[in-house]
Amino acid sequence: MSNEAILHELSTAVHDVHGDHHHEHHHHETFISKYVFSQDHKMIAKQFLITGMVWAVLGGLMSVLFRLQLGYPDSHFAWLEDILGKFWVKDGRITPEAYYALVTTHGTVLVFFVLTAGLSGTFANFLIPLQVGARDMASPFMNMLSYWFFFAASCVMLSSMFVETGPFSGGWTAYPPLSALGSASPGSKSGMDLWIIAMALFVVSSLLGGLNYIATVLNLRTKGMSMTRLPLTIWALFFTAVLGVLSFPVLLSGFILLIFDRNFGTSFYLSDIFVNGVGALPNEGGSAILFQHLFWFLGHPEVYIILLPAMGMVSEILSVNSRKPIFGYMAMIGSLFAIAILAFLVWAHHMFVTGLNPFLGSIFVLLTLLIAVPSAIKVFNWLTTLWRGNIRFTPGMMFAIGFVSLFISGGLTGIWLGNSALDIHLHDTYFVIAHFHIVMGVASMFGMFAGIYHWFPKMYGKHLNNTLGYIHFWITIAGAYLIFWPMHYEGLAGMPRRYYDYSIWESFKQFADLNRFISTVAMIVFATQLLFLFNFFYSIFKGRKVTNKNPYNSNTLEWTTPINPGHGNWPGEIPEVYRWAYDYGKDGREFIPQTEPVGADESHH
Amino acid sequence: MTAYLIIAVIVLVFLIIFQISKAAEYVSVLKGEEQSRKQTNKVNGFLMVAFLVTGLIGVWYCNKLLFGKTLLAVDSASVQGERVDSMLWITLTVTGVVFIITQILLFWFAFKYQESDKRKVFFFPHNNKLEVLWTVVPAIFLTVLVVIGLRNWFYFTGEAPKGAQEIEVTGKQFGWIFRYPGNDGVFGKKYYKVIDAGSNSLGLIWQDNADLNLKDDPASHDDIVAEQTMYVVKGKPVKLIIGSRDVIHDVGLSQFRLKADAVPGIPTTMWFTPKYTTEEMKKITNNPNFQYEISCDQMCGNGHYSMKGVIQVVSQEEYDIWMAKQKPYYLSAFPDKDPANQKADSTKGTASTATASVLIAKK
Repeated sequence: MSNEAILHELSTAVHDVHGDHHHEHHHHETFISKYVFSQDHKMIAKQFLITGMVWAVLGGLMSVLFRLQLGYPDSHFAWLEDILGKFWVKDGRITPEAYYALVTTHGTVLVFFVLTAGLSGTFANFLIPLQVGARDMASPFMNMLSYWFFFAASCVMLSSMFVETGPFSGGWTAYPPLSALGSASPGSKSGMDLWIIAMALFVVSSLLGGLNYIATVLNLRTKGMSMTRLPLTIWALFFTAVLGVLSFPVLLSGFILLIFDRNFGTSFYLSDIFVNGVGALPNEGGSAILFQHLFWFLGHPEVYIILLPAMGMVSEILSVNSRKPIFGYMAMIGSLFAIAILAFLVWAHHMFVTGLNPFLGSIFVLLTLLIAVPSAIKVFNWLTTLWRGNIRFTPGMMFAIGFVSLFISGGLTGIWLGNSALDIHLHDTYFVIAHFHIVMGVASMFGMFAGIYHWFPKMYGKHLNNTLGYIHFWITIAGAYLIFWPMHYEGLAGMPRRYYDYSIWESFKQFADLNRFISTVAMIVFATQLLFLFNFFYSIFKGRKVTNKNPYNSNTLEWTTPINPGHGNWPGEIPEVYRWAYDYGKDGREFIPQTEPVGADESHH
Repeated sequence: MTAYLIIAVIVLVFLIIFQISKAAEYVSVLKGEEQSRKQTNKVNGFLMVAFLVTGLIGVWYCNKLLFGKTLLAVDSASVQGERVDSMLWITLTVTGVVFIITQILLFWFAFKYQESDKRKVFFFPHNNKLEVLWTVVPAIFLTVLVVIGLRNWFYFTGEAPKGAQEIEVTGKQFGWIFRYPGNDGVFGKKYYKVIDAGSNSLGLIWQDNADLNLKDDPASHDDIVAEQTMYVVKGKPVKLIIGSRDVIHDVGLSQFRLKADAVPGIPTTMWFTPKYTTEEMKKITNNPNFQYEISCDQMCGNGHYSMKGVIQVVSQEEYDIWMAKQKPYYLSAFPDKDPANQKADSTKGTASTATASVLIAKK
């Protein structure tokens, strides 16, 4: 424990020298400038996190509602009608309009608002300056705008739930012509206008954020923090930002063309359409498939935008709690890089059944299955990191292990779906639902939980209740598998996704019992998340105070800041970095912080 | 009332869990955090391996319960589907082995290497041989899967064999329209602006139209149009020419293991060879209500879930009988052009309506 003493001494010395300077810096903070229009990256991170949590609860609640329909199609819930009103519930049953609106909004909200803004918005903001050793983001003002654009997007999206014709109900992928024609679906009327506006605001938010993250990582690293000394969290968040900056504009361009088709009579996506009750439309010569190319050019990188931050945090947390360096640091960066490149080259695997040129399809098969290689490298490296470690099961660590398990389970089914000859059978069935919920949805949620549990002491200077954390973990992982594992079987029966009711289908109605089971588990798992939320908010105010600056004996820079760092993070000078972030168990020492100079007799690796 | 009761119970359970957790935290502070942390570490380490074991049993049990309800429990209904199935089994074997090995390693390592005062961690930051090993081995297996997959893919998406029956499938909100080329074997031209929901659901060009600059296409006069049910022949390849009248739909043929999108303005194709008639399939699946269903697999609006079509697979004989009963769509739109109607109206007999004339003569 001598290192800790030295470290403590060092930092108090630094603190003493520059303490006064730090205090006079922050006298004039008002409530508004500190909690609302804050430019402090840590506060913005918390704003992203809590807004993301609100959306996670709403999005989760939506899934509970539509699972209620799927699990209990014959039951009547009169009390739901009282709460939600006639548009949503008629005669005690969720209406088809409401069902599709719920499915659509659940997807949009979870993918963009929770797992993009809530996950990378939170942790890129929180961790980048703290772990690279910067006072704040490159542009704190832009960073603040990024949150407020997200907030505006949230408000618009929320308002779309209350329009008379209902929120958008054409699926989160918003394929035209359905999304372009109000006459084809009531949800594509003003609900869709609001949906597009919300998404456009969201794109602005994520571009402002992403550019900032990239600039910060490239330019604001502290002395000695070379790129190859960065913790893997930062590498992952960096690649995430690059992916977002390069792909979100393409989505926006797709949306702009859609706005033109919807409102100004153009035919980018429309051709040869006759709508029941309206007649033939004048539009000719457009291609409905064009939108799918533009959408998935973002849409596929998007799943890595969701997944990479989780991978980065899991790498860090696994290493810290195994008390062992991450295995294959350079290979981990290399595989992140490979994934980031390949993410741009596989989008058409979502379009194998659209009548895509078969030769083009074959290229996309090849590139898609190629992604399995860097993914495999990551999994084996995580396993080797655990091997011969000395594992502490903090709740963060549990969720990190859960992430690896889910990533394996969901990743392997990607090998099925990426192969076009199998996709032609399994496309748009519950097999796909199972695949992407496990690998992208639940796994990334696990990464997010791991991050929250692990960095909560740094965020709020309080501890979360661990017992609640363990209960949360075990119910959630068991529940996730109970919900999504059997869905593979529904998919292997060809059961299509996005169906309101299966009872008229001879081929799919044999799963009524299973659907009820899945819905019941989904409700239990949802309730368990409320337990987590309670733990979170309770602990912010009443949690045990953190007394140790570095509670995990971790190497990275964020643990060299004071327990409750002010704006600027380090009182006095930013510490200098002398080594990579993963010297755990080296030369018989439990851990060696990045700020400790390399000793003369230290072994090389 | 029950709703309130349920809410009350949930809140109560929450409270109890919270109290227990709070108490556990106090106890840990009293006992010394280090010691209680080690204790919970042991519990969680044990739970890791317990989760692994129950999980693997659960996988087996789930398979036992549900396998019979999937399509894999019975033979594929199309020749192409056999290839899908065999590929599916190969992929399942490869990914299944990896799944079991990696999950066992993950949870076993977690259990085995849980914190212990005796253990000294192994400082093992990298090893190039291992990295190469788990880059190359997955790459080899994936190459095999890609080769198998692409061979099948080019077979499925390749040209349908000569002599394949051609049927045009058009999706609309929310149903399917099928068109057969009729006696001439040629689909007549169509144009969406002459669609009339009642009498010309596909917009066949069977009249001159100066406004739209269209010329009557005689090939459309004998085309047969039917909704809801499509007839195909067992053992004979059938090529579907797929389109949509409004939004994107998808022709999902789960028993045949194939699907293709129906896109407005851009026709797609798909071909397959049915192996069993509907009647045979009823016996194979042991389900007297069995139907080959066409499910729409692309979100197409609020009625998406009810967009059902039926494929009736029959023998050539039955097909011929059925086909003989069909009347060209043109005639239902223009009843006066129907030869059958003409003789009913007038006494003008022709060779083809000999029987009718005989009946009239007998009167």
